Amino acid sequence: MIDVKNLVKSFGDLVVLDGITETIEKGEKVVIIGPSGSGKSTFLRCLNLLETPTGGEIWFEGEQINAPKVNVDRLRQKMGMVFQHFNLFPHLTILQNITLAPVTLKLQSKEEAEKNARRLLERIGLSDKADAYPAMLSGGQKQRVAIVRALAMNPDVMLFDEPTSALDPEMVGEVLQLMRDLAEDGMTMVVVTHEMGFAREVATRVLFMDGGKILEQGTPEEIFNAPRHKRTRDFLSMIL
Amino acid sequence: MNEWFQSVLQWMKDWWTDFQADFVLNFIDDNRWKYLLDGLQNTLVVTFFALIIGVFFGFLIAIVRVTCDKTGKLRFLNALCRLYLTVIRGTPVVVQLMILYFVILAPLGISKVVIACLAFGFNSAAYVAEIFRSGIMSIDGGQMEAGRSLGLSYSMTMIKIILPQAVKNVLPALGNEFIVLLKETSVAGYIALRDLTKAGDLIRSRTYSAFLPLIAVALIYLVLVIGLEKLFKAMERRLSRSDRR
Repeated sequence: MIDVKNLVKSFGDLVVLDGITETIEKGEKVVIIGPSGSGKSTFLRCLNLLETPTGGEIWFEGEQINAPKVNVDRLRQKMGMVFQHFNLFPHLTILQNITLAPVTLKLQSKEEAEKNARRLLERIGLSDKADAYPAMLSGGQKQRVAIVRALAMNPDVMLFDEPTSALDPEMVGEVLQLMRDLAEDGMTMVVVTHEMGFAREVATRVLFMDGGKILEQGTPEEIFNAPRHKRTRDFLSMIL
Repeated sequence: MNEWFQSVLQWMKDWWTDFQADFVLNFIDDNRWKYLLDGLQNTLVVTFFALIIGVFFGFLIAIVRVTCDKTGKLRFLNALCRLYLTVIRGTPVVVQLMILYFVILAPLGISKVVIACLAFGFNSAAYVAEIFRSGIMSIDGGQMEAGRSLGLSYSMTMIKIILPQAVKNVLPALGNEFIVLLKETSVAGYIALRDLTKAGDLIRSRTYSAFLPLIAVALIYLVLVIGLEKLFKAMERRLSRSDRR
């Protein structure tokens, strides 16, 4: 589904991604771990071109997306993204946050989109917040709304950029639970996270990144129980 | 004690008689109140159209500046806008007004009111542009990213997500600019346009009495500004719904 070939990203002289080649298949749940500054967020943000790659190719559903004249907006509709800081639209109600994109892009009628949004809100138990504004919600509630806002576009893949890093500890669980549910529904997911428990339980594959490269990858058992690289062992021993 | 009271009373009576005579002289005789009314009309017309010109072009300039900063496009237009801001903000509005009138437009026979609207409007545009730009820049970059990640285009994200928040943030500064603009039109007298200030001055020059005409002019400005303040307060209240926690 996503093919990355020799991806390079540098900011000035600083090389953040140093030639990454990786394939993500439909239905996979790929969790990317690694120390801060290893390039994992940049890698994720390159996948939907929030960062423009300096070199290499990214293919999505059989189309090279970092070629000139590609309609970036159309392909982003198929890639949901969840941010560390939620990025809900503070001037819109929860319901409007969810319906804005499908209605503005004329993918759904207003009624359809609202029905769909209410169904999604019911699923995460926030039906009573439909007409509230983001400022009235807790962090965990905001992040769950941000997730269903992305889901309302019916994406083929969901990208999560440290979705629980900005949350109070007691709110991490509810967000991870929703992500687990999504995984069980068969959503293709790419997750950058520090939640090793989640990675162990949900990931079909774990990538360990360091210095702009994928140093090592494998099933959660392989990475967590028998890491081959010393760098991976050091990292895991620091955070586990 | 009683004597003192009597003298105060007498003084007040005299003052009142003087005041009445002064009032009649300045406002009633020769229908001089009409000067003020006509002046007020000119001031309001000039302010209103200058405001529309200022907001429209200020908005365009801000969009060009921000789009160039964020995407690197529109470089030529951006350079033009920056030159415009430097020149307009670098010279006094009254000089701009006189240049526009005496040098450029008066020889063409264009009316003073129109010239004043243009001069104050294009002057205000420079300030409004920076107000809008600061508002757009005050919005967290994550908002643009969130909009784009949902598949909205740059302009759609701007219109639906960034601008509504930006306008709300700059409402106090915008209100301030409108108040300044209203009072700034008082230099329109330099091109002999009879605005409110000029009208007061005109009465003074006829009656040789300065106090009442100038106080009347000041009071009218004050009432107008208070009205503007109230209007903006109401708008801010309306737009603050989403701030409740």
